[in-house]
Amino acid sequence: MRKCTLYSIKSPYREDLDVLGYRFGNGEKSMCIVGALRGNEIQQMFVCSQIIKKLRRLEADGKIAADHEIMVIPCVNYYSMNIGKRFWTMDNTDINRMFPGYNLGETTQRIADGLFEQIQGYKFGIQFASFYQQGDFLSHVKLMHTGFTNPEKMKDFGLPYAFIRDPRPYDTTTLNYNWQIWETNAFSYFLNSTDDIDERSAEDAVDNVIRFMVRQGIIKGRETGGYLTELINEREVIQIHSNAAGIYRPKVNAGERFSKGDILCEILDPMEGEIISQVKAPCDGIVFFRYSRPLEFENSVLFKLIPR
Amino acid sequence: MVKTIAQAGLAVNEKLVIRRNRITNPNISSSGSKRACIVTGTHGDELEGQFVCAKLADYLHENSSALSGIVDIYPALNPLGIDSITRGIPMFDLDMNRIFPGTSEGTMAECIAADIISDIKGADICIDIHSSNIYLKEIPQVRINEISADYLVPYAKMLNVDYIWIHSSATVLESTLAYSLNDIGTKTLVVEMGVGMRITKEYCDQLIIGILNLLKNIGIWNGPVGPVREPILSFDHDVEFVNSSAAGIFVPCVDHWVDIEKGAHIGDVLDPATGRVEEYVTAPCAGRIFTLREFPIVYGGSLIARILGGERNA
Repeated sequence: MRKCTLYSIKSPYREDLDVLGYRFGNGEKSMCIVGALRGNEIQQMFVCSQIIKKLRRLEADGKIAADHEIMVIPCVNYYSMNIGKRFWTMDNTDINRMFPGYNLGETTQRIADGLFEQIQGYKFGIQFASFYQQGDFLSHVKLMHTGFTNPEKMKDFGLPYAFIRDPRPYDTTTLNYNWQIWETNAFSYFLNSTDDIDERSAEDAVDNVIRFMVRQGIIKGRETGGYLTELINEREVIQIHSNAAGIYRPKVNAGERFSKGDILCEILDPMEGEIISQVKAPCDGIVFFRYSRPLEFENSVLFKLIPR
Repeated sequence: MVKTIAQAGLAVNEKLVIRRNRITNPNISSSGSKRACIVTGTHGDELEGQFVCAKLADYLHENSSALSGIVDIYPALNPLGIDSITRGIPMFDLDMNRIFPGTSEGTMAECIAADIISDIKGADICIDIHSSNIYLKEIPQVRINEISADYLVPYAKMLNVDYIWIHSSATVLESTLAYSLNDIGTKTLVVEMGVGMRITKEYCDQLIIGILNLLKNIGIWNGPVGPVREPILSFDHDVEFVNSSAAGIFVPCVDHWVDIEKGAHIGDVLDPATGRVEEYVTAPCAGRIFTLREFPIVYGGSLIARILGGERNA
């Protein structure tokens, strides 16, 4: 394992921000894994730390295949993480909306540029991403469909579900999109949590990433476990919105199966405690996302459902 | 007449409401007449538009007999943001100017965005007032996407701004209010002026004269209009950016909207602990400073100034 500083910036009041990379193996730039770009992506950083721990042992056992280099960057924006902020400390900009970056631009454009310069040219790229809405997800892999990366490759992670997303205008400045434009096969791996650590889920994520690398011949070993992945276009997912505002009482969990007409959640009057609305399943299916905060607004996305 | 044009229930005993104040001449029917929309408050930390809307509404109401069309004023597209000094939409961590045109099938914010578009759609002109952010002070200007420059520049020249910046198209900007409205045929101008969290009365008064002038030119206003200045018009290649190379506190030594020579001293970046000059900031070209840093703390990359002069004077 070689630990190196990939990019560094100075602050007037803090120690330098050093973006650290951990390299394993030598040769072709085969796999790059990026963790927390945002300050609240604790689980994303944790999973990367566990991948580094795993790769260190695999490397010591001679399991990194010849002529393959793997790089892991567990945390880019730890300045924000250390002060409990999601976006960049000073101007609240999002590094994951600054790619491919600009070396003469604003601070986060420069960070994105400095990082992107180091992570370009890898054959595969995995970003542990997070969603802007707070809730419980089924862990999944997502591909921004640019036409470059083959969606079938997502099956090599062995997750139950993998999603294909048609990029929207605001997606064009994300790492995933730009990685593909610069010809890296890029995947966004969404974990079931962000702000909190879930060790069990992290173990699964490590196994899935290692499985992917075994299937690409980057790591020597025997394929084990994993699901037969179902590829789903994001357009097929049904979003369930609330029709009232109040206290949210979910009745199903992420990953749970339900039948048409089942009650997915209740909404209570926050002052009087009475049930003012019940949200029922419009079809049979599986809960893919479940909103998790106790209060919800009218039209909040409460569930994302995979119809069966 | 103040009307709620979009709303959504918040969790506890409150609704998010977007209001529109429609001002017409009570002595004539406004049916079929022209309509102008003045919108602001998309970013909760940009407040210059608040004074423009308040003063314009009061003046038009007092002088409504000089109106021959409709003026719709939307003072707060992101009322929760303004109320909580939050640039984006509180609770969602979203920049509201990246979710247009919205959708009635989307999240609360997207539904609100769709309702706003629906209400403004079909107006003869829309003016979307922004005030930079808390970091930079801007001279009153109109920014126009190059793809709509042909039909927007004539209207922009009526607005009594100092400067019109025609910028290149970027895919990410397709989710702004102005792009979305122009895309459906509702001519929309984006005004940037002043600085975040402040009201610069001089700029607001300047823009109000411009809005009245534009309203007069398109046949909505028959009252008096003050003298209107001729703006400087430029493209991206005329604009030079000055970014900090060092981290520290930036102390300017030039005024805003002044002409400077190439190599002129703009200011210093100081180490706050020692006072040492970390960077002696100079002008990379001759020209006029139309953007100047207001917030003193800088990192490497922080924008310090924009100079109208650019490549031609480098």
